Amino acid sequence: MSLDRETVRQTALLARIRLDEDRLERMVGELNGILAWIDQLNEVDTSSVAPLASVTGHALPTRADSVTDGNDAEAVLTNAPDRVGGYFAVPKVVE
Amino acid sequence: MSDLLDLDIAGASEALDARRVSSVELTAAYLDAMEAAAGLNCFVTPTPERALEMAEASDRRRARGESGALEGIPVGIKDLFCTCSIPTSAASRILAGFVPTYESTVTANLWRNGAVLLGKLNMDEFAMGSANVNSCHGPVENPWHRTGDGAGDRLVPGGSSGGSAAAVAARIALGATGTDTGGSIRQPGSFCGIVGMKPSYGRCSRWGIIAFASSLDQAGPLTRTVRDSAMMLGAMAGHDPGDSTSADIPVPDFEAALTGDVRGLRIGVPREYRVDGMPDEIEELWTRGRDLLAQAGAELVEISLPHTRYALPAYYIIAPAEASSNLARYDGVRYGLRAGGDEPDDMYENTRGQGFGEEVVRRVLIGTYVLSQGYYDAYYLKAQRVRALIRNDFDEAFGGVDAILTPTAPSDAFAIGEHEDDPIRMYLNDVFTVPSSLAGLPAISVPAGLSVRGLPLGLQLIGRMFDEETVFRVAGVLEQAAGFAHRPSGGA
Repeated sequence: MSLDRETVRQTALLARIRLDEDRLERMVGELNGILAWIDQLNEVDTSSVAPLASVTGHALPTRADSVTDGNDAEAVLTNAPDRVGGYFAVPKVVE
Repeated sequence: MSDLLDLDIAGASEALDARRVSSVELTAAYLDAMEAAAGLNCFVTPTPERALEMAEASDRRRARGESGALEGIPVGIKDLFCTCSIPTSAASRILAGFVPTYESTVTANLWRNGAVLLGKLNMDEFAMGSANVNSCHGPVENPWHRTGDGAGDRLVPGGSSGGSAAAVAARIALGATGTDTGGSIRQPGSFCGIVGMKPSYGRCSRWGIIAFASSLDQAGPLTRTVRDSAMMLGAMAGHDPGDSTSADIPVPDFEAALTGDVRGLRIGVPREYRVDGMPDEIEELWTRGRDLLAQAGAELVEISLPHTRYALPAYYIIAPAEASSNLARYDGVRYGLRAGGDEPDDMYENTRGQGFGEEVVRRVLIGTYVLSQGYYDAYYLKAQRVRALIRNDFDEAFGGVDAILTPTAPSDAFAIGEHEDDPIRMYLNDVFTVPSSLAGLPAISVPAGLSVRGLPLGLQLIGRMFDEETVFRVAGVLEQAAGFAHRPSGGA
């Protein structure tokens, strides 16, 4: 499967990464190289195998539904690039 | 003071116990050495004041008769672990200015056990890389140099925990934390001639470690000896409700597993690890490792792990897919870099375009693509099915053997700048380490010999899930038998 320039541009948009034309061009070549190499997986018959998502073999734990942390707005906001009062600030959304 | 730096963790602990040295003296010796070896670019945020405060506190505890497992031992921390009130960058421009307000569980465990923080260590951006050349702080230099041709070349330390490995090898840290997603502790361990241990997935909490690929990421120690590795892992590991995948099982006394006796153990040698184009010297090192373990009384058994060659391509779907999801949080809103933009979408795109380096962009795009509509089954689920087959291979092999012996990496350290324009060539560094990562198994790299260019080479031992003890036991015997006593020409 080969990626054209438009598909890479669309993927970069989905990933919210701005790429200038030079960088986009380079990525088209590199991503195609990587995907062509990955395609060797098609040699493997996986028709009777379930996907493996977790290796520990442990069930996910549960706990009481109670508050264990939080109520610390100042710590949460302390690294904000921009804030107004007790809120994160972002560029204006124009609808 | 150089004799102080020659002590390993076990030796320094003895000297501290016997009051032959204080933690302040030991820490000060390391701080001096760090400054002298600053050219290696290992430490991105040295913390000398914090180090001396912690060392003084440790000496006071010791005077009161309180002593943790790593009491007074100065260590470095990979800059992927969040450290409260100390900048944490993941070696990325996108985390510029980020100062965590909380402490990772692994580092909190180390401090509770008495360890002293020397500073934060360089790495590949978001732990993506095998040469520590993908860092916003610049490349790390390996303290080892080639003999003969290319003696003046600056070599990579491996990656992604390259600053950690180079610092321990250069004797500017007694031990260091690393993280390993596909080989990022073991491969730099091999390149720098030290011991690198990736424990079983779930042994160490991932809480407070900046995420790369969550189903694979594990923390582990980089140390000069196997005993040090056992001591340090014991001080890092343990169940943590903050990480739902952290294993709720007791942490064994890893040091007690170093019995020095492998008689009767069966060690598997997988025929599929003889890959095309593998240098003769790697094959010879592997053969020597087999001979040493056989002479020590282990039984060497040829085994088959038939899906080995598909591990790396499966990894390069799974890891980027998880990374693209994990790295979605860097949006310029809550922490780190923000680039300008008229609307939020512009701001996100500009921030991420400027903040992420080339390899991170490459992997986020691969991950976004393989998870996108219409490709999820063909790529992501396919890779997870192959992952199941790789795990099955190991399960079957461990029906007949107690541990598996392989080379750690397919080459010795290469020069800074080499292979940089060829991503796949770079990915092949992890050909021997990725399969056990996909299976979640504990694996260690032990320095076992020198290449013809005079550079260290490691051998890898892989164990059953949560059986770090057998891994340490065999590694201790291999280390002793190999007798690797070489030292790098750079560093302290």
